[in-house]
Amino acid sequence: MNPIRRRRLMLVGLLLLGIGSATALALTALSDNVNHFYSPSDVLAGKAPQERNFRLGGVVLEGSSMRDGATLLAKFTVTDRFKNLPVQYEGILPDLFKEGQSVIATGKLGADGVFVASEVLAKHDENYMPAEVAEAIAKGKEQADRSTRNQ
Amino acid sequence: MLPELGQIALILALLLAVIQAVVPLVGAQLNREPLMRLARPAAYGQFAFLVFAYAILTEGFITQDFSIAYVAQNSNLALPMHYRFSAVWGAHEGSLLLWVLILSAWTVALAALSKALPLNFVARALGTLGVISIGFLSFTAFTSNPFERHVPALSDGNDLNPLLQDFGLIVHPPMLYMGYVGFAVAFAFAIAALLDGRVDKQWVRWSRPWTNVAWGFLTVGIGLGSWWAYYELGWGGWWFWDPVENASFMPWLVGAALIHSQAVTEKRGTFGAWTLLLAISAFSLSLLGTFLVRSGVLTSVHAFASDPARGSFILAFLVIVTGGALVLYAIRAPKLVGGPPVGLYSRESLLLANNILLTVACAMVLIGTLYPLVADALGWGKVSVGPPYFGLMFFVLMAPLVWLIPLGALTRWQGDSLASVWIWLRSAAALAAVVAALAWITQRELPLKAVLGIAAGAWIVFGTFVFLRRRWKTAAPGQRLTAEMLGMSLAHIGVGMFVIGVVVTESLNVERDVRMAPGDTVEVAGYQVRFVKAHHEEGPNFIADEGVFEISKSGVVLSEQHPQKRQYLRGQVMTEAAIDAGFFADFYIAMGEPLDGGKAWAVRLYYKPMIRWVWLGALLMMFGAFVAATERRLRQTVREEARLPANSAAVAS
Repeated sequence: MNPIRRRRLMLVGLLLLGIGSATALALTALSDNVNHFYSPSDVLAGKAPQERNFRLGGVVLEGSSMRDGATLLAKFTVTDRFKNLPVQYEGILPDLFKEGQSVIATGKLGADGVFVASEVLAKHDENYMPAEVAEAIAKGKEQADRSTRNQ
Repeated sequence: MLPELGQIALILALLLAVIQAVVPLVGAQLNREPLMRLARPAAYGQFAFLVFAYAILTEGFITQDFSIAYVAQNSNLALPMHYRFSAVWGAHEGSLLLWVLILSAWTVALAALSKALPLNFVARALGTLGVISIGFLSFTAFTSNPFERHVPALSDGNDLNPLLQDFGLIVHPPMLYMGYVGFAVAFAFAIAALLDGRVDKQWVRWSRPWTNVAWGFLTVGIGLGSWWAYYELGWGGWWFWDPVENASFMPWLVGAALIHSQAVTEKRGTFGAWTLLLAISAFSLSLLGTFLVRSGVLTSVHAFASDPARGSFILAFLVIVTGGALVLYAIRAPKLVGGPPVGLYSRESLLLANNILLTVACAMVLIGTLYPLVADALGWGKVSVGPPYFGLMFFVLMAPLVWLIPLGALTRWQGDSLASVWIWLRSAAALAAVVAALAWITQRELPLKAVLGIAAGAWIVFGTFVFLRRRWKTAAPGQRLTAEMLGMSLAHIGVGMFVIGVVVTESLNVERDVRMAPGDTVEVAGYQVRFVKAHHEEGPNFIADEGVFEISKSGVVLSEQHPQKRQYLRGQVMTEAAIDAGFFADFYIAMGEPLDGGKAWAVRLYYKPMIRWVWLGALLMMFGAFVAATERRLRQTVREEARLPANSAAVAS
């Protein structure tokens, strides 16, 4: 084998090794950091993970938002208009957070059935509902329709 | 009447774009000079009509013509005059008009500055830009017409999104678009070279200044966006790995790789096919970014209301442009001849490492950004990829890159020894170690990762000075420092500052969300922050609760800050953070929400050391790119080679 060929072969080998390890690393990092999205109906049906972070989406139920007087603890209920899930969050809520508006909260489900959020997002545009939330509401409606039909 | 004229101007511009695309490309294929000569006037005419259309939309905002639906949606009677100019690109339709106007401006610049280039090459490049223009103009005219009437006319408009009523957002989109669209020129050059069959290093020399300028604009555009998110979104962060941010970051990464690979191809003739591929990728990623932002397929904190029909148009266009370019590449690129063989340790191999790391980093960002789309399409459920994924991948890929930067400029082409480069760089390594040690001594809480990061940043800065010193010592007077070298040095020092800024602010920043009533004092990072009082303020189109805060250290009052919580007339609530900005640290105060019926406030108190270095670094990178683009050699050889078109590629290097 001439030196140029050998060098090329080495280069290709190194490249494949690099791509392989990069892909492996990317896949592990991805699987550790992917957050699934669930609606309150999904969570109450037991579909959401117990020990892992996930995203909860829906609408902030009217009249449900409460602030603790002495700390920054906030409590509210997220609904897909069929099932409700209580949420608590410690910190400052986004400006667009409002009752009756869509939110997406990231966090974990506590043993007491309360979703403890570490991050709460509200949308920039108040006329706009995130695709996930809109779909969750549609799905919740479907499930509710099905259960009424079955009764 | 005027809006209809604007619409007619748009359609005429579209017709001229068709002429600019079809006639010169056919002319170049048939080698008919009169047909090729039509490219320039068509480009100029298109630009004139687009300026006219743009002026009419601006006029609509200035005179508050609420019979135009777009004007009515994005402004109202109370909107201050200067925001009426920027409101033109405040939403989808108008920002698309700005997009095509900027594309047309780049085209005109190319048409005017390419007199020395061979006619058939220019005809093909301008024709390619015409094809892109057709796509975006028909997109504007048929799906997103900014001149659509609202019947009957409204007496008052809605409002410009308050987030956009701000200086950062006035300049951010035009800069970003200048960058995105600027890569269209490098793309057009690559296509012209492929169509020409002359895929040698000549086209690269012509396109280098254009790539640098586009990348410089993209850099400042992303930097402005990050700065804006920092002070206007009220979260105090500078980067969130949000899909919309990623969308602009991917072309930036590939653009950075392209700048380096173009240098190799232009000077040594190697990497030719790779450079073509990068030029195609950079613009394709710009289109992908436009698609991601405009279609709303991804849920992003930044995403504005959007329309899936528009998304499918851009997606189809992306497939046509990228697919067409790649097919052309597959047919023509194999004809390329490689450059001279290179040693294992040479400037070529270092720049190859640069390119691999940057493109792999881009691929990682792409995977993380598109994974939610793929998962959704395959029925794996709705997912999002968290920032830790990006943070980890980026750290792994960029950590080796920053250490290699000073080596590249000091290593000879074709082959060198690490030992001879090290003789020069010893002093830089020693100084970097001293800086890192000093940082650790003064800030004991710095984690090892941050100390290493500071060392890396200092290594880049000192290593770049070593390069400048070596030029000064070894090169003949008058040739010591070309614009290209100066630009490169500036940009690399910018990277060093950026790295230091990132690691310091990420590891030493203090973020506290607290409940404060007037009179309360809270201690943050050794400073005392006193909430003096809160009162009402009134702006032209908003009312605000304003807090008065005093920042002091050991009893000495350093500054008084006035953060606001604004309520715009349309109903949107906005946080206006107050920032005591400094070269070494920012103090950041934002009003959260009223508690206890207004007796107290939730307040964000952030201490952000060296965060300015992140944006100063980006500014230096931009300056570096612009300075390098003025390189006289690149312009001179263009003229010489135009005079001797045959075999010229073999002569100069």
